[in-house]
Amino acid sequence: MDERALSFEEALAELEATVAKLEAGGLTLEEMLTLFERGQELVALCEKALDEAELRLETLRPPATSDQPISGEESGE
Amino acid sequence: MIVTLKRWTVSELTRYIRSLIDADYRLQDLEVEGEVSDFRIPGSGHAYFTLKDAEAQLRCVMWRDALQRQHYMPQHGDRIIARGYMSVYEAGGQYQLYCRELRPAGIGDLYAQFEELKAKLQAEGLFDSARKRPIPQRPHVIGLVTSPSTAAFQDVITILSRRYPLARVILSPTLVQGDAAPPQIVAALEALNARPDVEVILIVRGGGSLEDLWCFNDERVARAVAASRIPVISGVGHEIDFTLTDFAADLRAPTPSAAAELATSITVDDLRAAVHTLAARLNSAFSADLIARRHALQRATHAFERFSPRAWVDNLRQRLDGLVSRMFYAADHALSLQRASLAGARRALLAFNPEETLARGYAIVHGPDGRVLRDAAAVSVGDALDIHLYRGRVQASVQRTEKNGHGRESIVV
Repeated sequence: MDERALSFEEALAELEATVAKLEAGGLTLEEMLTLFERGQELVALCEKALDEAELRLETLRPPATSDQPISGEESGE
Repeated sequence: MIVTLKRWTVSELTRYIRSLIDADYRLQDLEVEGEVSDFRIPGSGHAYFTLKDAEAQLRCVMWRDALQRQHYMPQHGDRIIARGYMSVYEAGGQYQLYCRELRPAGIGDLYAQFEELKAKLQAEGLFDSARKRPIPQRPHVIGLVTSPSTAAFQDVITILSRRYPLARVILSPTLVQGDAAPPQIVAALEALNARPDVEVILIVRGGGSLEDLWCFNDERVARAVAASRIPVISGVGHEIDFTLTDFAADLRAPTPSAAAELATSITVDDLRAAVHTLAARLNSAFSADLIARRHALQRATHAFERFSPRAWVDNLRQRLDGLVSRMFYAADHALSLQRASLAGARRALLAFNPEETLARGYAIVHGPDGRVLRDAAAVSVGDALDIHLYRGRVQASVQRTEKNGHGRESIVV
């Protein structure tokens, strides 16, 4: 699976939930501090994931037809 | 009879011929098929060429603006169909075809096929907008149907890397032109559809001639695109090219690069901004919470102080202090009043001291019964009297009694 992207998604989702919980209030001081620290970790995690992200390319096995070169296509854009 | 012929000037005649041609509606919009000869574009940017067949030739011109819209560029020897209107170039004395559009001959069949197939698929509802599915904004896995040896492939990868490097790209390689392409494109789409993780598919190919792009008008390809379980974005050719694949796709992009952009409507920069916003909210929620707690603590402290036994005791103590000082004050006050009245009494008492009177020369006489004598009638001659003087006492006896002004008797000792 997509470990790094998934961990970014998870971190982002958890960060959103954490901020929402903090904003809703009604926590003990202990819970509040724990959530805040966790939130800071998640922010760092998200930023790291974004900074280090690199597009990964995987190629499926081509169809079992003749591997003739493609010619005549203009460069496009 | 002398017949006088009208004598034209060359200009008049040429203008007249031109007006005849211009007035004929059949010559105002027509198609001519022929072989291209001497195709040239001088510095003016207009194209000049000749169309010919076995027996005749036709001079043709295509103005620069029409030429710029032209996707297909004819070459010497091409059989083409030119569409335009006839008129006369007076300065050159030439009638010629002013071309609006040029296309290779034989393509006409393709156009007819295209229109027929398009109408058929449309009637089946394959292109209905109700069939179009939304494109995910943040795809984890992007399927890519194209040939890896093309510039379009490179463009797509470059744009995806820049805009959304969190994604994973699954390339499903295929030919993108020629008769072998359609089954490969269909197989490539099916291979991606067989995977559970692909969230959006890009089917792209760079610009090319109408024939180059023709595989994207293949019925099998159009049906496979429409049947795809996963939303498909098409980016085939240039902006002006519309293929059946485009109509069947959930979203049509004008170019491969645009398809890559449409697949990544949320970019890594957007995510970075979102994380920053969340971080700011986290910090302000934290600060707000601390401030709220500090206020609550202050309120509780005040409440505690108001209701605590210590405050009650303090209060009692203060009342006690008040009572004590009031008591001392009252006692002091009472004492000084007493003291004052004592002094008064003393003065009064002093005024009644018999010693003082004796000192002034008076005496106190006690009768024989020991009582103070006030009336001479109370004694008889011979009674013993005890007389107290200021200093000492005198024992005496009564010799005589007399009355004084008070009707009383005086005593003579």
